[in-house]
Amino acid sequence: MARGKIKPKLPQSSDDPRVSVKLTVNGEEVTREVSVRMLLSDFLRHELGLTGTHVGCEHGICGACTIVMDGKAARSCLTFAVQASGREIRTIESLADPDGTLHPLQQAFQDCHGLQCGYCTPGMIMNILSHLESDTEIDLSDAGVREILAGNLCRCTGYQNIISAVRRAADHMAPKAGQE
Amino acid sequence: MKPSLFDYVAPRSVDEAVGLLKEDSGAMILAGGQSLIPAMNMRLASPSRLIDIQNIPGLSHITIGNGKIAVGAMARHREVELHDGVAAANPVLRAALGHVAHIPIRNRGTVVGSLCHADAAAEMPMILVLTGGSVQVAGSDGGREIAAQDFFQFHMTTSRQPDEMVVEAHFPALPPGAGFAFEEFTRRHGDYAIAAAGCILTRNGAGAVATVALAACGVSSKPLRLAAAEQILAGSRLTAADIKAAGDAACAAVTAPGDMHATAGYRKHLFATLVRRAVERAAARAQ
Repeated sequence: MARGKIKPKLPQSSDDPRVSVKLTVNGEEVTREVSVRMLLSDFLRHELGLTGTHVGCEHGICGACTIVMDGKAARSCLTFAVQASGREIRTIESLADPDGTLHPLQQAFQDCHGLQCGYCTPGMIMNILSHLESDTEIDLSDAGVREILAGNLCRCTGYQNIISAVRRAADHMAPKAGQE
Repeated sequence: MKPSLFDYVAPRSVDEAVGLLKEDSGAMILAGGQSLIPAMNMRLASPSRLIDIQNIPGLSHITIGNGKIAVGAMARHREVELHDGVAAANPVLRAALGHVAHIPIRNRGTVVGSLCHADAAAEMPMILVLTGGSVQVAGSDGGREIAAQDFFQFHMTTSRQPDEMVVEAHFPALPPGAGFAFEEFTRRHGDYAIAAAGCILTRNGAGAVATVALAACGVSSKPLRLAAAEQILAGSRLTAADIKAAGDAACAAVTAPGDMHATAGYRKHLFATLVRRAVERAAARAQ
């Protein structure tokens, strides 16, 4: 192929090998044949059309691409799609009901004005969700919430309203609140 | 911001992984990928082949016994951080893990991966040096144990041979009654340290220092033990003058040149302060 002539020094064996991946995304099992170097963020966006997962820095700093993998928040830009094979992924698209009713965490962001441009919001929400849904108790003090949010950059809000949204969502989502 | 071409292979055993390393000098081990994948995305690293070890059974363990914590090559930072046995046996490990990047990164990244990456400003290599730990490697000529002091050679350079794979890290438990401290300064939470100091200290019946270990990261081309400062503190009654002298002695170890985060002079000043704080805090915790 012409490509081999343009890049004669590339080893033949490295010519973008492909691999079959099979994973569960938002409750649905998907199988695709992809390049081994495809990032999970690109897999979600380009292969599955799930463009709610945003891509910011692509080196793990901004947190916009955060998804939930096997119940834990993870950077989809720092994970190859092939590494996610056999795992269960949740993205922002799984949150709202089919009729458009927002998830309590999304509603809390809206109520508290926890977003402006919205670019960081899917990553913020998936990260916070993994904490709200985990068995470990969340420290809702300022320092505790800020630690949870530390890996997600927002250039609009100044974080204050996002912190309020976390607390409001934690209130709404705690089934045993007020019974202790 | 996409990685260059590479081959991918996911072996099912350590032997197979070691064989693949021997076959291809450009190959790299992929564990959590939280240092390697960003480096690949930025094309600072272009391995010819990735050897993904996540499917190899028996590498995710965290076991405590024989006076040490053994951490398998696939054990994630966050699993070690939340492990109650780890916190009981060696609380300085948990204290330092809280400074390793952010929770989503710690959910994926591995402790052994961080040791192998060997960033001179990273927390885990420093804790291995501070506690006098070691790594266990598997190679095509069999296995060997490498002490922390011999493992870290330079920034991002270890004494692991190209056909060797680190399968486990050993962090010794703290001595009974030991006090500990980990003091780090960064511009933002989760960044690599501009400077950090760790201290483990025991006191005798009279309150004087019986044993002391001090280590640093972010100040040199590799994580360091601070022997001169340790000598000053050995047998000391921890007077303000002794602690100040230890901080001053430690800052002679600062060889990192000035960078966009800190001038050389500022880093020395900062580091002396961090060492004093680490000693004071460890002393207060020692029984």
